[in-house]
Amino acid sequence: MATDKKLFAAFSRRDLLKSLAGVPILGAVWAAGIDTTKKSKLEKDFWLEKLNIKASAPPASGPMSGNSLRIGLIGFGIRGEQLMRALGFATQEWMESMAKSAQEDPKDKRLEDFLAQENLNVKLTAICDIFDVRAEKALRSFHTEANPCKRYTSYLDLIHSGEVDAVIIATPDHWHAPMAQAAIEAGVHAYIEKPMTHTIEETYRLREAVRNHPGSILAVGHQHRQTLSFLTAQDAIAKNTLGHISLVVTNTNRNDDNGAWQYEIHPEASPETIDWNAFLGAAPQVPFNAEHFFRWRKWWAYGSGLSGDLLTHDYDRVNCVLKMGIPKYVTASGGIYTHRDGRNVPDVMQVNMDFPDFSTGSSQEDGKEKGMTLVYSATLGNQFDRGTVLMGHDASMELGNILTIYADPRSTKYKDLIKEGRIDPQVPIYQYDPTAEGVDAVTSATAKYFANKGLLWTYRDGKRVDSTFLHIREWLSCIRNGGNPSCGIDEGFEEAITAHMAGLSYKTGRKIEWDPVAERIISLPGEDLDAILLENLVI
Amino acid sequence: MTQTSPLTSTQTGVLVLLRLLIGWHFLYEGVIKLYSPGWTAKGYLLSATYMESFFHWLASESMISTIDTLNIAALLFVGAALILGFKTQLASLIGVGLLLLYYFAHPPFPGYPLGPAEGSYWIINKNLIEAAALLVVFLFPTSVSFGLERFFAKRSLSSQTH
Repeated sequence: MATDKKLFAAFSRRDLLKSLAGVPILGAVWAAGIDTTKKSKLEKDFWLEKLNIKASAPPASGPMSGNSLRIGLIGFGIRGEQLMRALGFATQEWMESMAKSAQEDPKDKRLEDFLAQENLNVKLTAICDIFDVRAEKALRSFHTEANPCKRYTSYLDLIHSGEVDAVIIATPDHWHAPMAQAAIEAGVHAYIEKPMTHTIEETYRLREAVRNHPGSILAVGHQHRQTLSFLTAQDAIAKNTLGHISLVVTNTNRNDDNGAWQYEIHPEASPETIDWNAFLGAAPQVPFNAEHFFRWRKWWAYGSGLSGDLLTHDYDRVNCVLKMGIPKYVTASGGIYTHRDGRNVPDVMQVNMDFPDFSTGSSQEDGKEKGMTLVYSATLGNQFDRGTVLMGHDASMELGNILTIYADPRSTKYKDLIKEGRIDPQVPIYQYDPTAEGVDAVTSATAKYFANKGLLWTYRDGKRVDSTFLHIREWLSCIRNGGNPSCGIDEGFEEAITAHMAGLSYKTGRKIEWDPVAERIISLPGEDLDAILLENLVI
Repeated sequence: MTQTSPLTSTQTGVLVLLRLLIGWHFLYEGVIKLYSPGWTAKGYLLSATYMESFFHWLASESMISTIDTLNIAALLFVGAALILGFKTQLASLIGVGLLLLYYFAHPPFPGYPLGPAEGSYWIINKNLIEAAALLVVFLFPTSVSFGLERFFAKRSLSSQTH
């Protein structure tokens, strides 16, 4: 007690003040922090409530249990190898090179991701590749005593072998439809790379085959459909967040040999190691040409250039969100401007797809707005990323792995909020980032910076997942558990017809028109459209 | 810490001010993060441009929630301690440690990519300057003049007198 008295005696009011003055400062800073976070949460809640966009992932596909599905692969080229990895089969060469790469660069998680991939409960029982080197490479890694994998030199033998329940087709474009049709008609499920078909006629034939064989599941390889943000984008459109969308711009920009389809020509390629006639099929009969075999995307005889190879991806991405179907009119232009190397497909191409009767909704008086153009624009001589943007009267949406919505300064819907200063058209009003825990309604420049750095992938439950894996899994689930693939025959039909209209327009310099009732291209009456499309002159 | 030359009251006052300003900055950062449930250092760590493997390890699945919690706790402790004038030397050292971590994840070294920043920096940035200022706070403790430690100092002083 005495000490306490002494203590307080020596402790003046001034001392007390100097001892405790920090306390109110601490309280003030703490309170300011709470107030700031509360305000930003209120602002965020206001926007989330106002926009009411449901952020959701595509539904997970069903269980992979039951008997193993027996898979046959047709085409073990670049894409074939990727598809096999998505299915769970990597070559020893790839595993070794990835292990080495991961050792050199710890950031390289390709091998780790592959090893962590879910087992899809499938057996690779058959493989068909007409180049001996590739077929043997596949067998070396995939054929074991326990899981025999047999090589077939003919795709028909593989399909009819009785050894496969389903096939994956990763061949040049001109073989997609004939192989898929043969499989479907034989009761074998088929996963087919894009574009679904190479000609207009076979697009109808394949659709007919699938309709006549409902037991065979066909999926088209547009793995973008698995991107986490797409359902959220659909909901944003359904809630009329953007108003009437009059223009959608999307593009492919590449600027390297690989992007321009200048793939490596294997040194062992020869008429002895490649079944040349099997490659040609219905294509014009030309003598053995290794460049045609490895770089087939450069010629209309086997591939379809930008319109079939890359426009299809972007068209399908937008069709997945807007479901606008086949355009009424397609006009295309372009040329061979960056790779004058003997190819005959364009390397610069602009395609305008018009949907004069399509509308996503309106915030203005009835009848004022109707119609939309989708512009696909591509060059193989520059790789500036221009993104995919859906442009509505009220807002614009950047559509990617991350979804970002900006209000339009002249919007009708957001007019008052812009006036009140609650909306800054430079700052997104909504952002959906599948890697973040929550939805960020008002985002910062920093978040955008990280997103643009490419740190963010398509995620499931917070895990980075390869979208091709998800797409194949979805197809396998439809086979096992029923249901329809997100990119089935109808979506594939729309994709293929649109691509062929673009090809026709490029080749003829004409506007190509679609009749949605008759489901026919009505331009160029009396002409053989497929002959025009496949015309293979080297310019 | 023994002082060879006593400081004038103005000098002490300025040192107290420096301590309070830095404390304010730390505390506010900590509070904002504490009340923002979605906040994580993951993006900052993953985008590190220097000592990447170390920062990626901090950002890994098994580490990140601990790192986030520790970061918030450290910010709050440093902020509160500097403002209140209690354990300021320990707080200064922890603060220097935190700032150096922030600094080395995105150092403004020549040739290194500059992240989002409001100014232009070459080798030296505000993190480094704040760390240096904290060293001053560490070397010139002021919590006996202004802060909770005045209580204890007075008490021991009066005990000695007694």
